[in-house]
Amino acid sequence: MLKFAVRRLLLLVPILLGLSILVFLFVRALPGGPETALLGERSTPERAAAVRAAYGLDRPVYEQYGSYMGKVVQGDFGVSIQTQQPVSDEIKRRFPATVELASAAILFAVVVGIPLGFVAGRRPGSWVDNTSTVGSLLGIAIPVFALGFLLKYVFAVRLGWLPGTGRQDVTITTEHPTGFYVLDGILTGDLPAAWDALKHLVLPAIALGTIPLAIITRITRAAVQEVSNEDFVRTAEAKGMTKQVVTRRHILRNAMLPVATIIGLQTGLLLSGAILTETVFAFGGMGSFMAAAVFTRDFPVIQGGILFLAVVFVLVNLLVDLSYGIIDPRVRTS
Amino acid sequence: MTAPVAHRESVPGHLLVGTPLLKVRDLTVTFASRGRRPVRAVDGIDLDVAAGSTVGIVGESGSGKSVTSLAAMGLLGKRGVTVTGSVEFDGEDLLNMPEDELRSVRGREIAMIFQDPMSSLNPVLTVGRQITEILERHKGLKGQAAKDRAAELLASVGIGDSVRRLRSFPHQLSGGMRQRVMIAMALACEPRLLIADEPTTALDVTISAQILELLRVLVKDTGTALILITHDLGVVAGLCDQVHVMYSGRIVESAPRRPLFAEPQHPYTTGLLASVPRLDQPRGLPLLPIPGSPSDTLPWAQGCAFSPRCTRRVDACVGHPPVIGPAPSRVPGHLVRCVNPVPYDVEEPTP
Ligand SMILES: Nc1ncnc2c1ncn2[C@@H]1O[C@H](COP(=O)(O)OP(=O)(O)OP(=O)(O)O)[C@@H](O)[C@H]1O
Ligand SMILES: [Mg+2]
Repeated sequence: MLKFAVRRLLLLVPILLGLSILVFLFVRALPGGPETALLGERSTPERAAAVRAAYGLDRPVYEQYGSYMGKVVQGDFGVSIQTQQPVSDEIKRRFPATVELASAAILFAVVVGIPLGFVAGRRPGSWVDNTSTVGSLLGIAIPVFALGFLLKYVFAVRLGWLPGTGRQDVTITTEHPTGFYVLDGILTGDLPAAWDALKHLVLPAIALGTIPLAIITRITRAAVQEVSNEDFVRTAEAKGMTKQVVTRRHILRNAMLPVATIIGLQTGLLLSGAILTETVFAFGGMGSFMAAAVFTRDFPVIQGGILFLAVVFVLVNLLVDLSYGIIDPRVRTS
Repeated sequence: MTAPVAHRESVPGHLLVGTPLLKVRDLTVTFASRGRRPVRAVDGIDLDVAAGSTVGIVGESGSGKSVTSLAAMGLLGKRGVTVTGSVEFDGEDLLNMPEDELRSVRGREIAMIFQDPMSSLNPVLTVGRQITEILERHKGLKGQAAKDRAAELLASVGIGDSVRRLRSFPHQLSGGMRQRVMIAMALACEPRLLIADEPTTALDVTISAQILELLRVLVKDTGTALILITHDLGVVAGLCDQVHVMYSGRIVESAPRRPLFAEPQHPYTTGLLASVPRLDQPRGLPLLPIPGSPSDTLPWAQGCAFSPRCTRRVDACVGHPPVIGPAPSRVPGHLVRCVNPVPYDVEEPTP
């Protein structure tokens, strides 16, 4: 198990190396550079050239890459061109928001998707099954930002039930020891603040969680159907186990194996969905930060952000694979 | 589709005095799925199992052996399955029993063992858990008491180091061990009837012999009645009191073990016997598979289902369904469904 984890972590090295080269070339292939955003209307060719020189962008690409990576291995991701703050500080400040949003989204997807997929799989052709099939197809087909705008318009703008922007009401000032606002509210004993942060999470989490919800529902349904036909389920029936034990202990536990994998993959993919969701709901996390960095051609931020997210993606999947060993003894003992 | 049920008068009630433990009458199972013709997998089976006796059901793949036992246990599910006839266990009608009641009969009064011990055990639960859950359910044993009993059961089926084995997962055991675990599970509540559906098909020859011997000893010691389903007459030879040979959903020959092996009268039975290597047979007799495959069949309503493959076919085989009746040998309890049975006093080398 440990050997497996170490091997996976070592695999990170070539992945990050390749990815860093791609990102490095990609940002430089974009039309324009950081000078366009910095100078705006005041731009003249001379000023632009001066800015480019100041950030070392006039040097050959391999030279730039070499000195960048030299700093990265020392943990220095450079300084944001826009904010003049170290990229690592910016990430540290915003990452908790994204984690909070992604966790809420995946929680929503799991808590709704598994029971729904389970019922659909046990009763194929029932109204629950048919409704969830149509719902899943819609959920996968609708773009994240479109759903985000729709939810915001209906529930925030028209009905006014929930807040549609930000992470916390501006009138609330409270300490943020962890950066996870809901948790912060609870830790500092400021429960109204926690409740307010939670309400701010609802709409973005639904928008972001809908695709994972649809996929988890489908996978659970398929897995439950498949496992229901397994011989060991027939054995459990032949043993006279109650219906509840047959479904929970024998069917559901085995059906969770493929579902766990898909939850891991979806958690990784959430990071990309978060960019759009955070932008729609002005949720100040990594996603909206990265999106802004692309518009302003803030090269160090784009590079550092993507490398950081890649590491997170690999770690999340490693965690999922390790958790797989907990539910499947065949993985654990081989 | 249904033929006149003339054969029903000649139920094999012969051997039995009093009520049998299991009494199956005219059991018929039809599978229907959308867009396909309904399949009648079991077509009017009559079967009696006396308490403590061992009954064999033999037939090629697809003859309906498993479906018969699953239908009797109510394990076929409901969608697209029609089960008619009656199945009485100890005088109680299993087919019309309320679900909850049936669940408490299964595993406690009637237990089952299946063909593939790997896929029949839950891969994510320990062997111990899979045994204790049945003790918990039917015997109210919990915690350490259940574990102790489970270890005893494992020991009784010949698994050494049984306390430690409780913590093993199925994939950590060999095929033979897994089947022993299945047997321990089946016997956990001292059932009165055990149905073993091809318990040794997935195992190699030596292991298979050990498992059969274990079954034989256990059912003898506990007085459990056994229905042994197999496609191998060799397996039946050592164990069964009464043997039923099935073909295409019907019983074509029923006999006590001795007459079945000594004087088989249905050409299908002789075909099966000729395809099994036997020690008591004169040497030089070639091993002959039955020609054709079970798919070369005739619907029973149109005549004998075996006739397309039969070497003794006569005109009377086709046209109307053959009736099951006392065999020409007049051995009590020997029934055959054939219009041109194999002469019983002549050594009949299969042509
Ligand atoms: N769920 C089902 N739906 C449709 N047909 C089925 C179903 N289950 C079984 N059958 C059919 O019923 C027939 C009898 O099957 P059964 O499993 O009882 O055969 P068997 O005698 O046990 O054979 P084997 O030796 O292969 O186990 C087969 O032709 C099979 O195709
Ligand atoms: Mg079978």
